[in-house]
Amino acid sequence: MKTQKFLRNFASQFDEVDPETIKIETRFRDIEGWSSLTALSIIAMADEEYNVKLKGDDIRKAVTVEDLFNIINSK
Amino acid sequence: MSFLHIPNVRLAGVAACVPKAILENSNYGLFSAEEAEKFMATTGVERRRKADPETTTGDLCIKAAEKLIKDLGWTKEGIDVLIFVTQTPDYILPATSCLIQNKLKLREDIYALDISLGCSGWIYGLEVISSLLSHGQLRKGLLLVGDTMLKPCSVEDKSTYPLFGDAGTASAIEYDDGLPGFKFHTATDGSGYEAIIIPDGGYRNEVMPSSLVMTEIEPGIKRNRLQTVLDGMNVFSFGISKAPESIKMLAEKFKIDLEQVDYFLFHQANLYMNEKIRKKLKIPMEKVPYSLKNYGNTSSATIPLTMVTEIIHDISSESKSIIACGFGVGLSWGTVQFITDTLVISEIIEF
Repeated sequence: MKTQKFLRNFASQFDEVDPETIKIETRFRDIEGWSSLTALSIIAMADEEYNVKLKGDDIRKAVTVEDLFNIINSK
Repeated sequence: MSFLHIPNVRLAGVAACVPKAILENSNYGLFSAEEAEKFMATTGVERRRKADPETTTGDLCIKAAEKLIKDLGWTKEGIDVLIFVTQTPDYILPATSCLIQNKLKLREDIYALDISLGCSGWIYGLEVISSLLSHGQLRKGLLLVGDTMLKPCSVEDKSTYPLFGDAGTASAIEYDDGLPGFKFHTATDGSGYEAIIIPDGGYRNEVMPSSLVMTEIEPGIKRNRLQTVLDGMNVFSFGISKAPESIKMLAEKFKIDLEQVDYFLFHQANLYMNEKIRKKLKIPMEKVPYSLKNYGNTSSATIPLTMVTEIIHDISSESKSIIACGFGVGLSWGTVQFITDTLVISEIIEF
């Protein structure tokens, strides 16, 4: 899985955020507009783009965008 | 593989009863105006019905059953099977179906059974009752399915209270030799049992004084241990993968062309999840009716309620190919395909 592609997929879940400001080390809960709905859209993105089933605990344990990247990679 | 084709039975009619009291999500105290708008847009739920403290799921189902029996021209003496599906029964014991037999004044000589399932409950109930009737000895059955989920939800829990609504339904099934009947797929994953759960009050965790302590889980979510926990992320992750998978498996097994299906009746979980499922299956919007907007997630009642409130005229006037899929608490899910044939759908009842 490519990091840049993942970053783009991740950033596209946010409506009003400049994708350039989201880095692999970004703590995603600090991104403006993050909500419980964003979490669902991340789960849907992992399902659609990577055919990976993220659980609630996967999201809850993750802190940075990279954590999510690694979790999806490991599944 | 849990597939089953049950021929020689038909769905004869469907009725639904909802409480009179309407709760508007635009007035929900825990939401700002902006939050309320966002919630309604995302979940699709604008308002729900709430049963008063004296009214149970059984009561709502009895009203629906009375109306359906009348509209079908059935006699109560002719009913051989009564199945009641709920997770909000009148009592822990006895089974509510026993009470309903008496209140509906059905024959004493009857097969009555409770089934404890929620979101998938109508599918499972239909499979059980059809199985019993398919032999041709028991001829007519009532499948009563509903929940009053607002009773075990905390009013201070924004993850459950504005989502759920109360409703009771009745479906009439009968033996009819030579008809194609129903085709089912069912599945269960108990490892997800905590995704939707009321932790205390059964015999794993008996009711204790601590069961009643209100605890703040996070801002906007305050509840006690006799109230419903909904882990939205886990339910979502489950629903968007398993519901489409089950429908595809059923279609493959029984050689059903999904493009020839007239309506897909999904358990009304929430709009965001249901739309993901619809898009994954590439189903056009007009084939997927929603009762979410006016009734919310009514748990086991969603599929028959949607028939009554959204497509009553269309499916009662002509033969339609229908796929219904229920998925949720358990985790339990299932799909059924059938063709309607002179189906009687009663107008919605308020009680």
